[in-house]
Amino acid sequence: MSASLPPPRLPELVCPAGGLPALKAAVDHGADCVYVGFRDTTNARAFAGLNFDDAAMREGVAYAHRRGSKVLVALNTYATTTAFERWTAAVDRAADLGADAIICADAAILDYASRTHPALRRHLSVQASATNYEAIEWYRERFGIQRAVLPRVLSLAQVEHTLARTQAEIEVFGYGSLCVMVEGRCSLSAYATGESPNCQGVCSPAKAVRWEPHGKGMRTRLNGFLIDSFEADERPGYPTLCKGRFEVGGETYYALEEPTSLNTLDLLPDLMRIGVSAIKIEGRQRSPAYVAQVTRVWRAAIDACAAAPQAFRPQPQWHAELDALSEGQTQTLGAYSRPWR
Amino acid sequence: MKLSLGPLAYYWPRQSVLDFYAAVAEAPVDVVYLGETVCSRRHELRADDWIEIAEMLAAAGKEAILSTLPLIEAEADLRLVRRLAAQDRFRVEANDMGAVRQLAQRGGGLPFVAGSSLAVYSARTLALLAREGASRWVSPPELSAGALARLVAEAPPGVETEVLAHGRLPLAWSARCFTARHHGLQKDSCEYRCLGVADGLALKTREGEPFLTVNGTQTQSAGVHTLLAELPSLEAAGVDVVRVMPQGEGTLDVLAAFREAIDGRQAPSAAFASIASKLPGSPCNGFWHGRPGADYVQGGA
Repeated sequence: MSASLPPPRLPELVCPAGGLPALKAAVDHGADCVYVGFRDTTNARAFAGLNFDDAAMREGVAYAHRRGSKVLVALNTYATTTAFERWTAAVDRAADLGADAIICADAAILDYASRTHPALRRHLSVQASATNYEAIEWYRERFGIQRAVLPRVLSLAQVEHTLARTQAEIEVFGYGSLCVMVEGRCSLSAYATGESPNCQGVCSPAKAVRWEPHGKGMRTRLNGFLIDSFEADERPGYPTLCKGRFEVGGETYYALEEPTSLNTLDLLPDLMRIGVSAIKIEGRQRSPAYVAQVTRVWRAAIDACAAAPQAFRPQPQWHAELDALSEGQTQTLGAYSRPWR
Repeated sequence: MKLSLGPLAYYWPRQSVLDFYAAVAEAPVDVVYLGETVCSRRHELRADDWIEIAEMLAAAGKEAILSTLPLIEAEADLRLVRRLAAQDRFRVEANDMGAVRQLAQRGGGLPFVAGSSLAVYSARTLALLAREGASRWVSPPELSAGALARLVAEAPPGVETEVLAHGRLPLAWSARCFTARHHGLQKDSCEYRCLGVADGLALKTREGEPFLTVNGTQTQSAGVHTLLAELPSLEAAGVDVVRVMPQGEGTLDVLAAFREAIDGRQAPSAAFASIASKLPGSPCNGFWHGRPGADYVQGGA
């Protein structure tokens, strides 16, 4: 019966790398694309000790290209008026170093790239907050974006509706930390710490974090604000602002979101059926071992789903492997699934 | 310097909204932004109602502007944007690039206002939006006085700059409803629990420190961002319009205090002192000073 169905389009597996070892791990374990950033505030993972200088970028691009993988360079913070050239220079460097695409949020940077390097593919970053096809089409018509990465706020039906009405390719998040807020429009971190994903390329930055022993447990603070308090038998988690326990109306609970990971393995046949062009794994801040493991599982899953979409069932050991890597050891389908909303 | 009233972020009963704007018509404010800017499920007032309020305010001499939703997920949300873009009686505040596309396509129509959720952080990005038809822009709240002044210095001519000068900071939007979550409900069956929560739900740390405000799918600051005492620094930075956000009580007093200060009848610090005890939260102004938004720098900088 499945013989009459057209073969599903194989989405690209887009994996994160915060450095050369992670890039090599991703490529070696089956990533179609690896996304990376320069070692400055031009990308939304501007963490100390992370990212690529020009030499590492050149080596990474060569390594990926030799093995048939692509390198996408994230330039997805918003440029400032006076340091605008930092971003345009980064676009030039990405082009010169042989990147296969740049991932941008700021319309002015896309404008520059489309004029200066028209042959360099332009992807619209999740940080551009384009949640609907009218917005995506605006970026496509004006700056020739070839692909848009959707914020993690749409249901599967909404992704399908959007995808069918734009000429741009659609990339969705498949696995990793979950932003509960619309990306690119969240100032929570800036409110508490003065640094934000949009401007400094960080959320809940490590330098604002304090781990504070409390009784037999642990308290976590972000620039003084108590984000969570853990008993001795609880594993303290990193104090990402929106994943703390707070008090609302006399109740203390995860008022915004649990510390949980997005995992869409179960939705893979649907994502392939509706024609997403790429599935993104979050985590440029994670270790090469993490990148290797997640890439391996997702490569196996996409290949299995492509071979037999009707019969596809995520294997228990895939879930077991991903469970062990997840933030807070729990996973969610996020906005793709109705109950979450 | 003009004084504006931002769109009502809370979900008040229909009659309360109508009464509120009837009073605003008599208030010393120049510009009023209208419409639902948080959740598409809220329906005490429909587009036609907002347009009717806009007519009433225009008749009272105000510039009425219709604001679009910042998070557009469904086709119904887009239909509402098209509806607002199709009328040419009132300017529209575009809070999403999908709205910008619609408004730009009108060609030769009314210019629009680029809302703060469009994330304009540089003069180059503003110039692109001006090319699309923006004649005013509202800065993202986290832009500091210095960054704003540098942007305005290179801004395209004829584009006005508006800054949020008083009210809780809109910090984030989500597909998830945190008010429904608080009540153990899903968003699609939320029972409209936002209705009548005049100032949103207070979110505190486990030490009881006010931190954020839950307002349906929107998250606001607990602190009340206020730059009233610092009006001269806004003027120096090149701000053309200062925005006050509606709050549960006392909005008209805040507008009156701003008017006194703008018109020079009262010193800005004295004007602020007249409302300081009536704020629905502690004052903050850190963003303007290049610090965490929750910080409060007393006496300006």
